[in-house]
Amino acid sequence: MAYRVGIVDVAMTPGWESKENFLDQVFHTTKEVLDKAGIRREDVGTVISASSDVFHGGMSCANSYYWDAGGAFLKNGSRQDGESLFAFIYAVMRIMSGSFDTALVLGVCKGSENPDDDMVTYFYTDPFYQRQIGLNETIAAALQMREYMERYGVTEEQCAKVVVKNLKNALRNPYAHVKKKVEVEDVLESEPVLDPLKKMECAPKSEGIIAMLLAREDVAKKLTPKPVWFKGYGSSMDTFYLGDRDLLDTQLKNAARMAYNMAGIEDPMKDLDVIEMCEPYAFQELLWYEGLGLCDKGKGGEMIDSARTGMEGDTPVNPSGGVLATNPYVSRGLYRLAEAFLQVRGEAGQRQVDKKVNTALAHSTHGFAGQCHAVAIIGS
Amino acid sequence: MSKDYNTLRHIVRLPHSYAAGPVWTRFYEGLKEEKIYGTRCDKCSKIYVPARPFCPGCHENLDDWVEVSQEGEVVSWAYSRESEFFGMQMKPPFIIALIRLDDTDSNLLHFVGGKALDRLEIKKGQRVKAVWNEEKKGHMMDIKYFEPID
Repeated sequence: MAYRVGIVDVAMTPGWESKENFLDQVFHTTKEVLDKAGIRREDVGTVISASSDVFHGGMSCANSYYWDAGGAFLKNGSRQDGESLFAFIYAVMRIMSGSFDTALVLGVCKGSENPDDDMVTYFYTDPFYQRQIGLNETIAAALQMREYMERYGVTEEQCAKVVVKNLKNALRNPYAHVKKKVEVEDVLESEPVLDPLKKMECAPKSEGIIAMLLAREDVAKKLTPKPVWFKGYGSSMDTFYLGDRDLLDTQLKNAARMAYNMAGIEDPMKDLDVIEMCEPYAFQELLWYEGLGLCDKGKGGEMIDSARTGMEGDTPVNPSGGVLATNPYVSRGLYRLAEAFLQVRGEAGQRQVDKKVNTALAHSTHGFAGQCHAVAIIGS
Repeated sequence: MSKDYNTLRHIVRLPHSYAAGPVWTRFYEGLKEEKIYGTRCDKCSKIYVPARPFCPGCHENLDDWVEVSQEGEVVSWAYSRESEFFGMQMKPPFIIALIRLDDTDSNLLHFVGGKALDRLEIKKGQRVKAVWNEEKKGHMMDIKYFEPID
């Protein structure tokens, strides 16, 4: 029988450039979450971190460097190189199995000090083919957006509405990096990056050091009066080469199905009270609505028109402002989960959605054009 | 952005020499002869372009080589008027595209150029054909771009 896992608390940095160095940030963020729970580093069972050290950190094997700052030395810990929701599930399993009673999950990405994301994502390509062409994540996204518009008639205005909605939400988020009130016209008139993709439809490059403390049920109840429980998880990765995939039929539906089955979600629009989604490119939020089963295939554009995913809608999506407002590349999945956690607790301040939040979903994606998706469901 | 603390700048150069292996090497040799090769999976019958050593779906070895058509249809495309991208040989303006070569089962990532750039009126399904660079290096960019056929 697997143990029940609770999220005890979270601490995170805001998305903009900090004067602190990377080690100080990891130290202060870790210390903050342990202080909130009232425990010391000696009390932490295991530490799982997520970072992409070489390209998003400029240092090979940086976990050996930030390990001390995260309070993790002399412990049985491990690092996930890549998306941070994977580090979360790794930590969850270490508690579920009965191996540890507490786990600290770290997401470490100091975006302000590294090269542009697309200089980094260029190196996600294989050297034999796609790198010889010059592919990167933004180019893949532009090709995916064109197919989406062509096949289903999704409009540029509908894609731009995602930016308007998310940046409006970000205005109320003290952690958000981009804070700007924008209209559809501003988005459409922003610099063309790679037609049909415009500058304001692409996520910024942000900082994000985040620490989340998990505990086995009995321990979680001692450490906090308001634990938020782990309910379900799924992830799935599609094939690598862009040209081998149907870019509009991503593995999100597969990841979501696994998470829904585990959490007992039957109708996501009804059963989920809030969703935090990873949308590095605006149109992807619409496509991910479809993958999560919030609407039918090809209907993502109509969904944003209906305002059902707005702050006042039946299932608000990205009350934090999402990745379009704050994009700490590797940490962005854990940032989604942190927002979902605060929403379930009713501690999201001015951006708290206007209803009782029992169940929340956090989503992350990495790889070109949503090659890989992870979905986590938590609740009260 | 001005800062109160020092910033340390460090540029990292890391030379790598990747082993291309037999399949890519043979594919590049084909490019030098103005031929585009794919490999067909015995199990699912899909033809992958460029040629691959294995079928990702069936997880089977691919050794049935086929020279594929140099003509096909544009599936998706994106246009850069001014944006340059790190690592890309092609300079703006350019159109990058996914192209389905006739009788193949994957989309080839490459560029659409020539008169397509003058009129910028590509439609899904636009027919194109390969245009070759005179000098060949055994590289994806031995194909200069794909040009619309009217």
